[in-house]
Amino acid sequence: MTSWSIRLHESQYAYPIVESIHVWTLCVFFGLAIVFDLRLLGWVMRRVPVGEVSRRLLPWTVGGFVIMVISGLLLFSAIPVRTYQNIFFRFKMLLLLLAGLNVWIFHSKVYRSVESWGRNAVPPRSARIAGALSLILWIAIIVSGRMIAYNWFDCDRQPQPAWINSLTGCVPSATND
Amino acid sequence: MISLPLSFFEWCEQGRIGTNIRESTWMFPAIEAIHLIGLGFVAGAVLVVDLRLLGLGLFRQPTDQLAEDVEPWLIGSIGLMIVTGSLLFLSEATKCYYSEPFWIKMTCLLLVLIFTFTVRRYVIRTRRDAMHPLLAKIIALISLGLWFGVGWGGRWIGFN
Repeated sequence: MTSWSIRLHESQYAYPIVESIHVWTLCVFFGLAIVFDLRLLGWVMRRVPVGEVSRRLLPWTVGGFVIMVISGLLLFSAIPVRTYQNIFFRFKMLLLLLAGLNVWIFHSKVYRSVESWGRNAVPPRSARIAGALSLILWIAIIVSGRMIAYNWFDCDRQPQPAWINSLTGCVPSATND
Repeated sequence: MISLPLSFFEWCEQGRIGTNIRESTWMFPAIEAIHLIGLGFVAGAVLVVDLRLLGLGLFRQPTDQLAEDVEPWLIGSIGLMIVTGSLLFLSEATKCYYSEPFWIKMTCLLLVLIFTFTVRRYVIRTRRDAMHPLLAKIIALISLGLWFGVGWGGRWIGFN
């Protein structure tokens, strides 16, 4: 695992290629998730039933998500320790958890009755809230993901406020080697 | 490929906006993040229509209706990307001048914008659903291929 990690991180092409794949699948996943969220808000494709949008686009969204997660794990494995202690990475993981929770609540509660409201130009309040939450969470996830590369709170950049170090799990004296 | 004199790029970079962005620690990342959000919206608006042209995704909907529905989002998000992209460019214009991916990106961008708002738009509007499936597929593949070039170039500017 260690030699794999070093090889990926130091490779001239593999790391940029994996990162490019991460961005491509982000386009497929995030792009189509945006379309679905905007439909839930009643802001786009008002004439297309929500159930139809979900049925036709969800397979692409899921496919994009799976490759995005795999490429994301590869990127993580190239720089594991520094990333794990990165405040933006931790924030991103927390937001991902919340986004997952939102999907779960939406599908187990709101979406069940889609046949009764799916043809409405503007879906009911609960669906609009799920769409708005999803949109906000994914935007925040992508922003924090981009910020992982610019870590202003890296463990090696001391001194940092104590609360930052406790959030990142940095131990200043031990990391100054 | 497009070519402009180096002096133009140096002039861009020495301007006040570019200098402010370059000297700030957070402005470049913040603008880059907004650029990336814009990318998501562009991708969504492009993919819905191109998948439809390929006979995939929302294949039961009329193509011209889908294209019409997402067009405000497409134009708005392309506008957002051009504004944020220009700001990023101003902060590192000479780096871009020497970057091959930058020139590939700009060439693809120019081509895809022309193609999207002339050929692709015209064919979708006039042929509606009587479009030959092969023509539809060719249009979708040209669009996706050029957008791929734009995004690929964009990501690789950062790896130089």
